Amino acid sequence: MRIHFKTSYEHDIRLFPDWWSFFVYATLIVIAVALPWLMDDFFLGEVTNVLIWAIAGLGLMLLTGQTGQASLGHAAFLALGCYSCIIFMEQGWPFLIAFPAAGILTGVVGTIIAIPAIRLHGIYLAIATIALSILADDIIVLMEPITDGVSGKFAPMITIFGIEIERWTTPDRFYWLVLAVTILCTLAYRNLLRSPLGRAMAAVRDSEVSATAMGVHIARTKAAAFGISCAITGLAGALMGFYAGAFNNETFSIVISITLLMMIVIGGLGSIHGAFFGAVVVAFLPQFLSMTKDLIGGGSVAIPGLETGVFGMILILFILFEPMGIYGRWMKIRIWFELFPFARKDMFKRQKSYLKTERLR
Amino acid sequence: MEVVQLLVSGLANGCVYGLIALGFVLIYKATEQVNFAQGDFMMLGAFVCLGLTNAHYVGLPFWVAAPLSIAIMAVLGYLLDFFVLRHLFGQSQTAVVILTIALGFVIRFVAGVIWSHEPQTLESPLAIGDFNIGGVVLGMADIAVIVVTVLLTYFLYQFFQRTKLGLAMQAASQNQMAAYFMGIPVKRVQGMIWGLSGAVAAVAGILFASKGAIDPNAGLLGIKAFAAAVIGGFGSLPGALMGGLIVGVIEPFASRYFPAGYSQIAPYTLLLFVLVFRPHGLFSQVRIKKV
Repeated sequence: MRIHFKTSYEHDIRLFPDWWSFFVYATLIVIAVALPWLMDDFFLGEVTNVLIWAIAGLGLMLLTGQTGQASLGHAAFLALGCYSCIIFMEQGWPFLIAFPAAGILTGVVGTIIAIPAIRLHGIYLAIATIALSILADDIIVLMEPITDGVSGKFAPMITIFGIEIERWTTPDRFYWLVLAVTILCTLAYRNLLRSPLGRAMAAVRDSEVSATAMGVHIARTKAAAFGISCAITGLAGALMGFYAGAFNNETFSIVISITLLMMIVIGGLGSIHGAFFGAVVVAFLPQFLSMTKDLIGGGSVAIPGLETGVFGMILILFILFEPMGIYGRWMKIRIWFELFPFARKDMFKRQKSYLKTERLR
Repeated sequence: MEVVQLLVSGLANGCVYGLIALGFVLIYKATEQVNFAQGDFMMLGAFVCLGLTNAHYVGLPFWVAAPLSIAIMAVLGYLLDFFVLRHLFGQSQTAVVILTIALGFVIRFVAGVIWSHEPQTLESPLAIGDFNIGGVVLGMADIAVIVVTVLLTYFLYQFFQRTKLGLAMQAASQNQMAAYFMGIPVKRVQGMIWGLSGAVAAVAGILFASKGAIDPNAGLLGIKAFAAAVIGGFGSLPGALMGGLIVGVIEPFASRYFPAGYSQIAPYTLLLFVLVFRPHGLFSQVRIKKV
């Protein structure tokens, strides 16, 4: 059992609480970097997919897990990031400029959209973002001269300092690119949580009234959360475009928005680990299902809606029995072992709360 | 004449949206939970009725099958609350939203497995054809939809305003703890409201299936109905119906007078405008939270 004696405020906000956790994460990064030599190209592609979903999950986690604003429209921002990055590159911009520019553009648009959205609460925000996601699909079709509408676009070759990167011909280089973006985004997220802005976001999530009392500017915090969240999501969207190779208005449908939200709930709301755990579930579920179908002997008969149906089932079980997600379960198991034999069952009991409406009638 | 024609078909569509929206609002009014699977409930209700009525499934007469399927959906709604939603007691609104979206996926999958993904039509006596009044062609099904919707909304409104159970439901939604102290069995009341909304969904489904073919993805109509409920203002029964009618009427007019591509975004654009300028709907019931 490790005990952290915090002797200064600096100790409390350190990136890694102790050398052990630093060592664990360093090992993880070394394994991740060496992965192309350990795996064949198919599984490397799958891991790349997991990482891209994890970046998108980090983006939504910042908004939903950290600031408490549920968004069902993040596929719109994935689409915006994807289209803007590839359109910039078609204009002749190099990848290293077009990629961050796509992120910044998505972030700015996200902030502008947030200005009316921050007046909305709970379900009203959810429905407004659903409308956004549906509108995005139609707007892509309407802006056909720029976006090529229904026929879609193809991702060009990425060139960084003369090194050519492409998903199919050089999967290892593409993997390293995605890994680098993942690490940068995770570090940015982790650092944001230690900053005053990150603390303000958590305060807004827990109680807007008490956050106001503490001097947090709610509207500004929510707008910042929207902006940063959309920027990260936009980066993930651009990578998704390169991963898919070809995309059109239906690639980023409302189902993607919903899947993204469900993913971070399964992973565990409000934690970085949760985004990664959720991404693993989302990316490997189709493979897992087809493997089980082969084992049972179902053959190649396609059952439409099976994936989403099973996914929905998993999610219902999680919300009922483990609302904290995979990460929450992992924490409970870890704390049980750390405190052994002093862990008690009631330690994680939820407090009962009663509903009181804000409606007049 | 053309305007009247568009108006009537818009009103009939709007009534179906309004009925689904009514299901949302019922649950929201009594439990402050939002059931995103309401559209899929509607689809399930339609398929249950279809399965009981159509000749190559069970083959019951329609007037036996319709009440039966409404009852089945009511029981299903109650059981859903009993086995699933009651365990969410005290969790956030967002958890319920996500849970019901997942539930919608599961219902769609199950309906696809049982009744296949092919569009099917209900052998309904309501769909007996059209008749002509002064150049306006009205479908029998359209008129039935409008009449049933108006009656149902009226009865539900009276139910909430006047009956003991309706008042108990309102009390339970406004302050659970106080409702407990007044002797209201809050949990059972919530189960009943889920049953009631299941029944309303079944009515909506049967009417919708009488108007045309349905397939398991018809549940996605729920999103449009949700927009209707928000436009009307959550928590107001007449508001939900009005919202549904507005969305329903806008659609045919937009597709008639707007260029192609702009028509299907009209309801959502309206929704965003309403949310920006009146964040709690046209028939708002919420005070601004003051610190």
